[in-house]
Amino acid sequence: MAAAPKRPPLPAILIANTFLEGEVVFRAAGGWTPDPAQALVASDEAGAEALEREAAAGFARNEVVDAYLVDVAIGTDGVPVPRHFRERFKTLGPSVRPDLGKQAELRRS
Amino acid sequence: MYRYDEFDERFVRERVKQFRGQVERRLSGALSDDEFRPLRLKNGVYLQLHAYMLRIAVPYGTLNSRQLRQLALIGERYDRGYGHFTTRQNLQFNWPKLKDVPDILDLLADVEMHCIQTSGNCIRNVTADHFAGIAADEVEDPRPTSELIRQWSSLHPEFSYLPRKFKIAVTGAAHDRAAVAAHDIGIRILKHPQTGEVGYRIFVGGGLGRTPMIAKTVRDFLPKADLLAYLEAIMRVYNLEGRRDNKYKARVKILVHEMGLEPFREAVEAEFAKLDGPSVNADPAEAARIAAYFAPPAYETLPASDASYEAARAASPDFARWADVNLFPHKVPGYAALTISLKPIGGVPGDATSEQMRVVADLAERYSFDELRVTHRQNLVLPHVKLSDLHAVWQALVAAGLATANDGLITDIIACPGLDYCALATARSIPIAQSISQRFGSYERQREIGPLEIKISGCINACGHHHVGHIGILGLEKSGQESYQVTLGGDASEDAALGVLLGPGIKGEEVPDAIERIVAVYLRERVPGERFVDAVKRLGLGPFKPALTGAPTRELADAH
Repeated sequence: MAAAPKRPPLPAILIANTFLEGEVVFRAAGGWTPDPAQALVASDEAGAEALEREAAAGFARNEVVDAYLVDVAIGTDGVPVPRHFRERFKTLGPSVRPDLGKQAELRRS
Repeated sequence: MYRYDEFDERFVRERVKQFRGQVERRLSGALSDDEFRPLRLKNGVYLQLHAYMLRIAVPYGTLNSRQLRQLALIGERYDRGYGHFTTRQNLQFNWPKLKDVPDILDLLADVEMHCIQTSGNCIRNVTADHFAGIAADEVEDPRPTSELIRQWSSLHPEFSYLPRKFKIAVTGAAHDRAAVAAHDIGIRILKHPQTGEVGYRIFVGGGLGRTPMIAKTVRDFLPKADLLAYLEAIMRVYNLEGRRDNKYKARVKILVHEMGLEPFREAVEAEFAKLDGPSVNADPAEAARIAAYFAPPAYETLPASDASYEAARAASPDFARWADVNLFPHKVPGYAALTISLKPIGGVPGDATSEQMRVVADLAERYSFDELRVTHRQNLVLPHVKLSDLHAVWQALVAAGLATANDGLITDIIACPGLDYCALATARSIPIAQSISQRFGSYERQREIGPLEIKISGCINACGHHHVGHIGILGLEKSGQESYQVTLGGDASEDAALGVLLGPGIKGEEVPDAIERIVAVYLRERVPGERFVDAVKRLGLGPFKPALTGAPTRELADAH
């Protein structure tokens, strides 16, 4: 695995792609979830380190690839939203295809 | 069209089996991710933003109906019902699951296709003029040469660990539709000025990306029989001397630049002289066998004009408007090549649904000798359609949403996937293309503006060829926002040129207005018959600079 990227400012969530399917997932309390609203939010160093350990463990177990922390803002609904536009697109799906990606799945649910 | 022989078939099947085993071993832990990544990349599998992406090679952009139907099936069964045709004449699926890729590769092998060498530091899929075998200005069909290069470069043991990726393009025509000057090696088939012998002009060191360069001529005339030995000599010099310490300086263009053209040429010629030509070059019988696959189809003997075509034009203004723009003259009387635009107004450049692929496959089978082409401009071509069939083809295209009349016009925009899909992108490309397309959607206005190539990339890697766009747009990140730089005067043709930066980056929502003002300057300043890019070359950037941000023009400033 490549060297861990520099840790972003906090609060942060852990984002990854599942190894077998490539789907974007987030680390939640009970495992990996496709729903960003369920993502564990690290607000301090200890929380960030815990998520980094999950990233390494998930990678070692072949559950996920390309796992890294993303700095977020917490919306009024309590849902973490990535601060950077790249990660927002990753969380939602292609902006030109609202019928695809998480944005579509969440809209349907 | 080339058909796999027993060796090709076995080679591709073995590679699928190998990849299936590699996925299994990665899963079992026998292969680490570091070991697996280069293996998946050499089979065309990337990890992108939302999912894996699979890049399928379409050698020199030629497909038959069976192959396109298979791509439609894969899109439907394993993806989201659509695919994306790229500037490398390839097809990408945006949503495959890694666990399904071995099955997809099996389906591709069933129709003589694969994903080998569509990524990684190797010789990539060879590209060619999409009007190969059709154009009147052609010396020779570039596809037999391209196929020879495909066979020579596939799993070439000496060139499977190059300093960096390596792209080769071939044209057989005077007018360059294959952007050969933007490739690591560009090949132009030509006649020797004195003897009339058909041979090659070899260009080396072109490329876009963060250090764009126009290729230089290393050999004015190479006899046809010497092609593979000469290419091997170039590859050897690059393989030995190319930089491996810095991936941003590892392409052959940097080597040519750092060595200097003359020393590079001398090194290639010295290597070429040392090589045992007959052991490297294609056996003449094998070259002839390959060339025979590209023999012209059984054209009918037809008059140059067709009364039913003329009548259909007269009866249907929409058909006539489409035909005026999307037809390309065929060298055989009574036939035309037609461009199927994958640039609907406001649509995603290069995308086609599985249903649309099936429509095109049916049309190719019924009306175009079962052949079609993918263009590096992200469109499709039916190469050999009788004039008398054009109206029926057009009607089928209309029904499938594929009859946009904009080939070569301002809405025929090249755009890479950008940050809507690509993990490397720094900004989005597709929405910029869509907004420009919507702004200039009027057919009459596009015709008034005339030929104008806009090319958009979502990062400096330049998959959208922005450096050689008449108007190039490059998406970057600036202070946490998407920002777009505009260049003017780029040219991908035989008059290849790199665009020049017009000014500082602007916001995405400002791009259509900026293009509008740039076009207005052109319309005001052009002389009769002058294309946009020629006007830019004549006028320089000066008159266009105020247009970027809408700063007052000289006339307005004077008025105040």
